[in-house]
Amino acid sequence: MTQAFRRAKGGRIDRSRTLSFSFDGKSYAGHPGDTLASALLANGVHLVGRSFKYHRPRGILTAGSEEPNALVGVGRDDAHYTPNLRAPQVELYDGLVSESQNRSPSLTRDYAAINDVFWRFIPSGFYYKTFMWPKKAWTKFFEPRIREMAGLGRSPKTPDAARYAQRFAHCDVLVVGAGPAGIAAALSAAKTGARVILCDEQAEPGGALLAEPDAMIDGVSAAQWLQGALAQLAAHKNVRVLPRTIAFGYFPHNLIGLAQSLTDHEGERDDAKPRGRLWQVRAGEVIIAAGAIERPLVFPDNDRPGIMLAEAARIYLERYGVLPGQRALIFTAHDGAYRTALALHRAGCEIAGIVDLRPKADGPWVEAARQAGLEVHAAATVTATRGRLRLTGATIAPIKGGSAIEVACDTLLMSGGFTPSVHLFSQSRGKLVFDATLDAFLPGAPAEACRVVGSAAGLASLQEALESGAEAGGGGTRHQAANAPVAQGGFIGVVPYHGDPGAVRAFLDYQNDVTAKDVMLALREGMQSVEHVKRFTTNGMASDQGKLSNMNALAIMSAVLHKPVPAIGTTTFRMPYTPVPFGYFAGYARGELFEPARRTAIDGWAAAQGAVFEDVGLWKRARYFPRGAEDMHKAVARECAAVRQGVGIFDASTLGKIEVVGPDAAEFLNRMYINAWTKLAPGKLRYGILLREDGFIIDDGVIGRISDTRFHVTTTTGGAARVLGMMEDYLQTEFPELNVWLTSTTEQYAVIAVQGPKARAVVAPLVEGADLSAEALPHMSMVECRVAGVPARLFRVSFTGELGFEINVPADYGQAVWEALMACGQPHGITPYGTETMHVLRAEKGYIIVGQETDGTVTPDDVGYGGMIGKAKPDFVGKRALARKAFAAQTNRKQLVGLLTDDPALLLDEGAQIVADPTQPKPMTMLGHITSSYWSETLGRSIALALLRDGRARTGERLHVPQHDGTARVTVVSPVFYDPEGARLNG
Amino acid sequence: MLLIPCPYCGPRPEIEFAYGGEAHVVRAADPRQVDDAGWTEFLYFRNNPRGDHAERWRHAFGCGRFFNVKRNTYTDQIEASYRIGETRP
Ligand SMILES: [Zn+2]
Repeated sequence: MTQAFRRAKGGRIDRSRTLSFSFDGKSYAGHPGDTLASALLANGVHLVGRSFKYHRPRGILTAGSEEPNALVGVGRDDAHYTPNLRAPQVELYDGLVSESQNRSPSLTRDYAAINDVFWRFIPSGFYYKTFMWPKKAWTKFFEPRIREMAGLGRSPKTPDAARYAQRFAHCDVLVVGAGPAGIAAALSAAKTGARVILCDEQAEPGGALLAEPDAMIDGVSAAQWLQGALAQLAAHKNVRVLPRTIAFGYFPHNLIGLAQSLTDHEGERDDAKPRGRLWQVRAGEVIIAAGAIERPLVFPDNDRPGIMLAEAARIYLERYGVLPGQRALIFTAHDGAYRTALALHRAGCEIAGIVDLRPKADGPWVEAARQAGLEVHAAATVTATRGRLRLTGATIAPIKGGSAIEVACDTLLMSGGFTPSVHLFSQSRGKLVFDATLDAFLPGAPAEACRVVGSAAGLASLQEALESGAEAGGGGTRHQAANAPVAQGGFIGVVPYHGDPGAVRAFLDYQNDVTAKDVMLALREGMQSVEHVKRFTTNGMASDQGKLSNMNALAIMSAVLHKPVPAIGTTTFRMPYTPVPFGYFAGYARGELFEPARRTAIDGWAAAQGAVFEDVGLWKRARYFPRGAEDMHKAVARECAAVRQGVGIFDASTLGKIEVVGPDAAEFLNRMYINAWTKLAPGKLRYGILLREDGFIIDDGVIGRISDTRFHVTTTTGGAARVLGMMEDYLQTEFPELNVWLTSTTEQYAVIAVQGPKARAVVAPLVEGADLSAEALPHMSMVECRVAGVPARLFRVSFTGELGFEINVPADYGQAVWEALMACGQPHGITPYGTETMHVLRAEKGYIIVGQETDGTVTPDDVGYGGMIGKAKPDFVGKRALARKAFAAQTNRKQLVGLLTDDPALLLDEGAQIVADPTQPKPMTMLGHITSSYWSETLGRSIALALLRDGRARTGERLHVPQHDGTARVTVVSPVFYDPEGARLNG
Repeated sequence: MLLIPCPYCGPRPEIEFAYGGEAHVVRAADPRQVDDAGWTEFLYFRNNPRGDHAERWRHAFGCGRFFNVKRNTYTDQIEASYRIGETRP
């Protein structure tokens, strides 16, 4: 438990407390303020993962969210496990349990590392080619193998024990990034009285200031200035500072998605508290102060454990008091690495030399290094590295050629300069402009109300960062930085190499295991577009999103294609900026809350009776009411018989209901529905069909005229909202001259259907104020009365073909009226039935279900309802479309028919096709398809409805229906199987 | 998520609205006077510009009203919103 690489003092960690944690089952010690990465490094652990494709040993490369190698799984058990966390972002807590990924059985002995031996045979795009042949090998061999090998972390198998919160927020200024530029911007904006949100991905706000021992700001040390600035912001009531919060996505109109981690750092976290919170912030202005990301240098075997970015090493030293190793070689094209070298040298780490790619190494940083006695190799490069599980040495050679020297080192710190983090700006669809002096894409013209400040805008100095932030904030604040000399330089592309470039691997994208050679191969294969190269090589894909790899890949393309970088362009930066656990997006929408269930007033009663429910849209509907050990088939047979022979009761409350009111209500319905409404007398019902403007059926339902100016419109269960929306559309935009009001009343009424020869005997005793006799209340009429003492709209209507009533009562009284009807029906053997029985009964009568017999290409005439069209009406929705010659010319449209199988016990498959000759060669000529198929207890045989080409003219024809288990022989019949004269429903 | 200015309620988030397709597609007062080609055009043909687009939205989970919006389909920026019947700005 010794932290051999921890310095005795320095950094922002609390040495008075020791935390214990484990990595791959081994225990280590760290301190509060550590990340998992800094604590591992303090213990001398660099080897933390195996690479994605070649399973090469990999170490910690960065100190931030851009980390491509140190991806770990964290969590005490499966329900608290999160894979693919970046170790530099995992805050250390006592008892933290972590493990490496993508290795079997262990990091030091990984069988799949065989991929690294055969690397020549699995270049980019190999999966596009190799697995094409033979066909069967894909499912039997390749796919299972690839699935086993692919991916990095493992998904937990248990549901996430954590819960997640979500919040909307509005502000005048959202500042992303709490480094010097972001803090200056927030201070400045706060001064104007603006509502400010300042968010930062790290546990501690401060950004670069957290590892800044030298600079002075406004006369005090950077650390003191930071402390004061944060205190000032905390004192502003209009300012909210959100640490541990990643701005992962920039959505239109300045909506920014933030993911705030709340309890991940608290150790054995309390599942009662939300683990994280998703913020949706609508900002007046967004100030992006996202900083810059250091680039790796692309040289042979630049991925061994012990190889790290130079600035990252300095951060580990200054912020965490950790040395990266005992002897470090510096390889750079940027002054920043000299700063690292000097700091490490002062801290007691041996410097094996500074290899500078630049032809003339000079300037104050180089001078300082030389004065400190560090050896600088100017115009030189690193041509090789050694060491399997940890770096042991490297080869230095002059760029212009000449004798190479070998150096021993356990650490190599590299810097190719810095790439401004333009991801969010690019997500906002702002234009990127290439800056040739910085070799970087910088934010250009914005598409949203946003500004980019600090190093994200390519500004290198602390003074410029503070100034740009203060100016963007608009508060006129000023800051003065001192003792912060600018570090300059940079390099993009592959470093000069004299050997055979095909024989070495220089990694561009560590996370996706993409090498410089892969990009060159993509170009040889003919890819020219940066987007194609990205997909062929997977460079910059997944969570990396080009953070480390983008500029180096573009520079390689530029060199090979002989085009300047801006002519190559850059790939789109996708959200999220860093991965966000799914739980943040799901938020409260889990389990019961995933989708709100709609339940009728009678739902509780049905549940208590043991009904089996089905989902219809969001509704829960009773499907059947099994008795004893009945299965669905037996229950439905019994329910059907009860309705046909006695009386059944059915909950029809889910039917959509729209109250259409006003002096022009009848005219409005004339224009919407195909039927004629003007002459429908109050107290009468009519079955209405609604078309879309293209002439096809979209909905149907019974409509009652309550009075001259009031209609009770019913719609299908699933179509209620759509129909109301469509009616509103026409009323508001096409027929604004009509004086009509539309109100959804679906949930205001419970609807109870009482159906069967004994229906009148059950209902009549409960009715006050109405005569239910066939003469007073014939089929398709209605009356307002009281049922069981409750005001009701009583419809004489039938969807079963039997004498029937549908009783509409206020929903609050639904169950009371239902129970009164049950009691009254007891002597008559009243039987509750569900949707399955309803379907069988209506199919026996040939009544269509919109969405089952129709599919959006069916006209009224197709289902035999052409006669319902109000011929005298000048116009209704869909009328003009039906009058098109294209319709008139069609002689073989699919029409609704009934089908009877030769074998009365055989049930046809719904959706099965109908053919004339089952022996014809494939592809067969298909004449139509089965839309509904049921066992009819009433008829003692199976029945089916179908849409069949020229179907009505085929009555009596014998056809075939190929099924999954053989071909059925069928005869075409009328779709009305039962009581075609309608004697029963008129009873 | 867009921020859509409802002419009746003010700016509201997109989730409160339902999209209603291209605006100013006129349904003839007397469809019988329109020939088949004209009606087919009305039924099926819509503009799909990269740039300025006049489109209908309904404030479905708000005031319920239909209105028109002038939106740039490339930048998503909304230049104007106006009531049904008002001329396109
Ligand atoms: Zn509104």
